[in-house]
Amino acid sequence: MTFWEIFLQQLFNGLLIGSFYGLVAIGYSMVYGIIKLLNFAHADIYMSGAFVGLVALSYFADMSIGNTWFGIVIALMISMLLVGLLGVLIQRVAYRPMLKAPRLSILITALAVSMILYNTVMLLTQGQYKPFRTGLTHDSFYIGALRMTETRLVLLIAALLLMFILHQFITRTMYGKAMRAISLDRDTCQLMGINVYQIVAVTFFVGSALAAAAGIMAGVYYGTVHFYMGFLIGLKAFTAAVIGGIGIIPGAMLGGLLLGLLESFSTQIPFIGTVWKDVFSFVFLILFLIFKPNGILGRAESERM
Amino acid sequence: MAETKLKTNVLNPFENIIERLFELFDNKKLRYPVLILTMVFLIYLPLTSSRFTQEIMTNMFFYVVVCLGLNIIVGFAGLLHLGYAAFFAVGAYVTGIMSATYGINFWVTLPFSIVAAIIAGLAIGAPTLRLRGDYLAIVTLGFGEIIRFTVRNIGITGGAVGLIGIERPVLFGVVLNQIMHFYYMFFILAIMAIFVSYRLHDSRLGRAWQYIREDEDAAAAMGINVVSTRLYAFIIGSAFGALAGSFFAAKMTAISPDSFMFVHSVMILLAVVLGGMGKIPGVVLGAIIVTLFPELSRDIGQYRLIIFAAVLLVLMLYRPQGIWPERQYISTKK
Repeated sequence: MTFWEIFLQQLFNGLLIGSFYGLVAIGYSMVYGIIKLLNFAHADIYMSGAFVGLVALSYFADMSIGNTWFGIVIALMISMLLVGLLGVLIQRVAYRPMLKAPRLSILITALAVSMILYNTVMLLTQGQYKPFRTGLTHDSFYIGALRMTETRLVLLIAALLLMFILHQFITRTMYGKAMRAISLDRDTCQLMGINVYQIVAVTFFVGSALAAAAGIMAGVYYGTVHFYMGFLIGLKAFTAAVIGGIGIIPGAMLGGLLLGLLESFSTQIPFIGTVWKDVFSFVFLILFLIFKPNGILGRAESERM
Repeated sequence: MAETKLKTNVLNPFENIIERLFELFDNKKLRYPVLILTMVFLIYLPLTSSRFTQEIMTNMFFYVVVCLGLNIIVGFAGLLHLGYAAFFAVGAYVTGIMSATYGINFWVTLPFSIVAAIIAGLAIGAPTLRLRGDYLAIVTLGFGEIIRFTVRNIGITGGAVGLIGIERPVLFGVVLNQIMHFYYMFFILAIMAIFVSYRLHDSRLGRAWQYIREDEDAAAAMGINVVSTRLYAFIIGSAFGALAGSFFAAKMTAISPDSFMFVHSVMILLAVVLGGMGKIPGVVLGAIIVTLFPELSRDIGQYRLIIFAAVLLVLMLYRPQGIWPERQYISTKK
């Protein structure tokens, strides 16, 4: 392969992986923006999304629609709905009672929820990798010098489409407006007659639904799902959220794409290679926290709690 | 707000009994006789008990040390640390590599293990603590996995197989190779850890930690440097963990990446939270419960972690101050 071909290939890989990171990072960033919580359970919500999608798909497989794009879209919607509701439930049970408690408490409940989800799925699947079978073709074709499969092209378009829809939701609807207002000043919003708890619930629904979508997409992309799949992507999505400026939604998308690209190109550096790419992204997180803690789109003010 | 009020009264009948009990133990007149009796019992115990009991007790003392180390970070300074097992691994591997590969005396490796933990603590703590305390949680979580990944993939740590043949420490001409030796060694370590914890708790630094934990802005206004004080907590706690890790390596003589899984970090955290963050006897109690509970109920095996997580959740929702909390917490209870 020539340099140019490798470059194009890695560019595409980076964008695709980065869009997964971005979708998950949005959930971190939204929740952080609105209630200043690092939602540890988010990575496990992503993983749950993939498994709910898997169950839905295997159910469809008996019917005529199974395994086609149509079946996947239906499974995606079911998973987004159910996992979105799961997010709302978690928020109601574990986070809402802790909003006024010391900060350490809510971080610990978040950890506990994460462990419950993770271990439940581990027990249900006996810790095994589950094949995520779809009837989609992995036949490659070329666009110029770029080798491409139908699956990957559609996944990238779908991820970008979801981000676009979210952006419209945040900027054009009343809910989006209320979310942005709450992230600026929760107490004043309450005085202005905004139902803060309702908006927080909506935030959790949207964030979890997007994570579920990313989970299914990752399932389609890699062909397998397992209970551990959320851990690394959770860390990377958090990195992405920090890169873009935590609490800023376009920042999370941008950060995700950027991290995906960085990671993808780093595999071409001889010393780092594919083995160390996970360590690389963690080092990147530390570097960003040192030199640009507010992220690319963040304002310069440093926030102290 | 009515909805956000903690529902503390649900467990109230229980709570009253527990609190009465602990008030009894907090009583100064009773404290010393009880302590002396316990000490005598613990010194005498290995002379009469089976190897199995000694093994469990040694493990328990070890947990006491580790939990007190984490308590400095979580309990005193109020920072969430999710990768404590990684610092523990740093200590264990420094001792392991120096002892197994280069044949250096165990006691000589200890200062190196502490220095390594300080360096790791600075690398992780300095960038994150400058920002929000919350970031520390996820960065330590990531660090825990990265360390495990790294030791599995480089040569000097023995890869996934780990290190074997770590030399037994020699003390006063005696090679420590019996479980009874380690029982006494960890017993002494636990007592030292308790002593150090008390001294730290009441020191100027310790009071600064608690002040920051309760009200960061007020502490800063009183001239406490919030960032460096927190960093001290993080580093001292990490050094505690690394030291415990070194002794762990000496006891096991073999270590592998799987000895330092995320699960262990969570178990240690659970012990600290369960017992009562910041309260030293509470943390010791938490460590005892967490080590004895799996021994008493081996059947639950695979459900263990779900149960731990559920306990953590319920505890935070209904009794965030832990089983045996600090005294002032009771008086300011909502």
